Amino acid sequence: MTLTLGHFLSLGAMLFALSVVGIFLNRRNLIVLLMAIELMLLAVNTNFVAFSYFLHDMHGQIFVFFILTVAAAESAIGLAILVLLFRNKSSISVDELNTLKG
Amino acid sequence: MSVTSTGLFYVFATVLLIAAFRVITARNPVHAVLYLVLTFFQAAMIWMLLKAEFLAIALVLVYVGAVMVLFLFVVMMMDINIESLRVGFWTHFRSAAAIGVAIALEMAAVLLGGFRSAHPVAVAGMPGAPAQSNTAELGTMLFTHYIYPLEVAAAILLVAMFAAIALTLRARKDSKYVSPTDQVRVRARDRMTVMKMQATMDAPPAQSSGEAQA
Amino acid sequence: MSQTLSAMSLLCVPLAPLVGAAGAGVLGTQFGGNRAGRTFCHSLTILGVLIAFLLSAQTLYSVAYDGARFNQTVYTWMDVGGLKMEIGFLVDGLTAMMMCVVTFVSLMVHLYTVGYMEEDAGYNRFFAYISLFTFSMLMLVMSNNLLQLFFGWEAVGLVSYLLIGFWYNKPSAIFANMKAFLVNRVGDFGFILGIGLIVAFAGTLNYSEVFAKAPALAQLQFPGTEWLLVTVVCICLFVGAMGKSAQFPLHVWLPDSMEGPTPISALIHAATMVTAGIFMVARMSPLFELSDTALNFVLVVGSITALFMGFLGIIQNDIKRVVAYSTLSQLGYMTVALGASAYSVAVFHLMTHAFFKALLFLGAGSVIMGVHHNQDIRWMGGLRKYMPITWITSLVGSLALIGTPFFSGFYSKDSIIEVVATSHLPGAGFAHFAVLAGVFVTAFYSFRLYFLVFHGAERYDQNPEPHHDAHADDHGHAHGDDHGNAAADDHGHGHGHGDAHGAHAPLVPHESPWVVWVPLVLLAIPSLLIGLFTIEPMLYGEFFKDAIVVNAQAHPGMEELGSEFHGAASMALGAFTSTPFWLALAGVALAYYLYMVNTALPAKIQRALQPLHTLLENKYYLDWFNENVLARGARLLGTGLWQVGDLRLIDGAVVNGSWRLVGWIARSVRKLQTGYLYHYALVMILGVFLLLTHFVWLKFVWLK
Repeated sequence: MTLTLGHFLSLGAMLFALSVVGIFLNRRNLIVLLMAIELMLLAVNTNFVAFSYFLHDMHGQIFVFFILTVAAAESAIGLAILVLLFRNKSSISVDELNTLKG
Repeated sequence: MSVTSTGLFYVFATVLLIAAFRVITARNPVHAVLYLVLTFFQAAMIWMLLKAEFLAIALVLVYVGAVMVLFLFVVMMMDINIESLRVGFWTHFRSAAAIGVAIALEMAAVLLGGFRSAHPVAVAGMPGAPAQSNTAELGTMLFTHYIYPLEVAAAILLVAMFAAIALTLRARKDSKYVSPTDQVRVRARDRMTVMKMQATMDAPPAQSSGEAQA
Repeated sequence: MSQTLSAMSLLCVPLAPLVGAAGAGVLGTQFGGNRAGRTFCHSLTILGVLIAFLLSAQTLYSVAYDGARFNQTVYTWMDVGGLKMEIGFLVDGLTAMMMCVVTFVSLMVHLYTVGYMEEDAGYNRFFAYISLFTFSMLMLVMSNNLLQLFFGWEAVGLVSYLLIGFWYNKPSAIFANMKAFLVNRVGDFGFILGIGLIVAFAGTLNYSEVFAKAPALAQLQFPGTEWLLVTVVCICLFVGAMGKSAQFPLHVWLPDSMEGPTPISALIHAATMVTAGIFMVARMSPLFELSDTALNFVLVVGSITALFMGFLGIIQNDIKRVVAYSTLSQLGYMTVALGASAYSVAVFHLMTHAFFKALLFLGAGSVIMGVHHNQDIRWMGGLRKYMPITWITSLVGSLALIGTPFFSGFYSKDSIIEVVATSHLPGAGFAHFAVLAGVFVTAFYSFRLYFLVFHGAERYDQNPEPHHDAHADDHGHAHGDDHGNAAADDHGHGHGHGDAHGAHAPLVPHESPWVVWVPLVLLAIPSLLIGLFTIEPMLYGEFFKDAIVVNAQAHPGMEELGSEFHGAASMALGAFTSTPFWLALAGVALAYYLYMVNTALPAKIQRALQPLHTLLENKYYLDWFNENVLARGARLLGTGLWQVGDLRLIDGAVVNGSWRLVGWIARSVRKLQTGYLYHYALVMILGVFLLLTHFVWLKFVWLK
């Protein structure tokens, strides 16, 4: 059957759901958390590109461009923080990061 | 879209989903990163199918090539105790799965319901052949209508670089650098004390005549 | 001469004593640095009051013989929303008479004080206070509006407080001055309600304007009730008079006010301050005439006071207290006259009473000085040999009090008795009985006092507690320096006694110095003569014609009296066959018998009638009621409001409760801040899920 917008959107939805599940399951593992976030961003980007194609509008792709930029910046900083945390606590278990409690 | 496209789409999609699933369930974080690389490759291919070739290549070059490599570096650098992280992994799987399924279904319902009627045209992507390539078109728009966000994005990247360095930089242990602020703030009385002493002192009385003074 | 009086001379009348008070009070006391000596203080204040008296006498002359009047505003204090608050003077017959009485009695008391308070450390302060009192009372009587009246009212109450507690180190004096002030406050509360009602319905404080509106006000009813507005207003005003003029049940402060020095008992609590209420009702006669209910109320309250206070005077042993209860009883008489719409008679009795009661008080003070500060009449006796001038003047005063024909008291009291008989108000029957019975009782206790003090066996050396009659050590009396004087003094011995007398043998009584007996003589003269000469113009003449308004159709008392009046002399001669005369004579005779002839009988009667005696001794248990029910109840209420209302409710529930509530909320909410990233991530996921659900809901349920 021909591909419709719906196919791509469901794909995006499933990817997004997978990443949500990933966050839920891997609450303690910071790296997998960051990776799940990347997955989320990927899902959204896919949606944008699909819309851009099916609605004949370039703006979707421009948006993806910017999301990509910001996502890259954000993972860099996120990993820097991770490295720092590991340096100080020798563990990336989120369990031990509770000094900000109220 | 042609049958080939459809078939390719299904292949790519399946691999994508399986790889994504493995990302989140892999025991070894290195494996997880590698599966993420695979996921991105599949996504890039799907985008290629959607005739967004610039973005697809950008995804591979930038995202996979830089960000994922970064992830790999970090994962391999850190000595992580994996077992402690997996505690309680499967106990929550049921509720996690339920939530995930619910989210997926809801999203699908909203998005599909909203866009089913729009553009039943699934045949030709763009009306007529595009005058320019995807890249050129993207470039034209970026450098005319979106020049300002472009500059801002550049600034963001610069700031991210600064931040990453500032956070993780460790000073060299053999560096003799002294902070200029500390230098300026030095106070004389922290370094030096003036004591009063007599210019001459009496010689101590000789204890025994036998001692010779050196 | 002139038909209007000079504002300047009228202004000097209250201001001269005020200047004296300020000078003595500031320079003569520690407040101003003790710069002035005693001579300066007493001279300044006596000069001030003398000026006031001379100007008042001149004013009275102008008012009486030239028909001069004055009703103007001297100074406008403020004008708030149409309500003018001003200082002004209204001088007519009533005012002029009051001015003269006040300044004359005040002058006599000032002179007397030079001798009486000579050894007291607070000499200058005392003069400042009594001059200040004179100023306040003059502002009260000369006022042409209710605000100034109230100012004077409160000011005299304040000075009374200061003077009753003059010896402020004495606990009984402090108790008495607080009691006087608080009981007066109760009266003032009613008074100010009355003034407030007048302001609310007449829109003005000025007498003339209020009286002009009176007929219109008489048609109104008090909102929400069936009562006439004027009834409520008059009763409220009279409540004020009840407090100030010590009518039952707000009379309880007057006997306690005897804690103050005798000069002020004479000035304030006999002649002037307590008459302020009577004066006020007389001044408000246009309003009172419109309400029979109010007049009846006045009548009944006055008659209760007249009779029952007299009973209490029978058993008192303190010389000042006997005279105090006598004052209460006579104030009751004045009130009865007011109730019978005989305002001029009430004011006439006010005037005569001022003279003879001041005389009696000052005489009592002289006696107290003479027997070295013993105030108990059981330990006096036979003093007429030692203090002849005091004796004669006290006899004159007592005769005037009981209503002996030709004396001034006779004219006023008998007029009251006659006018009450003509009244048609519901309470008139009881009032008539009360005033008649009161004549007997008055005669009895007056002459009981007279015989026990001046006649009979000399008991001054039998006092088991000499000098302990509730005296402080710092009150003074005149010294031997004036003893060498004149024919009055048989015992020119100068005994230089200091304050500690306990070890001495009882000292012989002596006459007081001239500064003390000259005022007595000067007061005895009007007590003897003034009734004879002034009854006709005051009661049946034109003297009060524009000051006092009487509704002759409804209240024909004065008219009936006027038709039977044939001159002062014939009134006196006709009295020898009237009931009051025989009642008074019977009272004197009984007193003579019990205290001169059969002196053991009173003790036997007391034993036989012990319950009655106890009731009288406890003053009908009113003091007990006030202290244990009202005062304690008020304190309980205060404590209760403090403990429960303030501490538990406001502090505990509202103030503390609010921070505790905030703390509890904070503690509960704080539990959300675990610090764990995965909790936050979880919450974010759930949030996303909820948002999604929200949109799905919107799309499929609402936007079909």
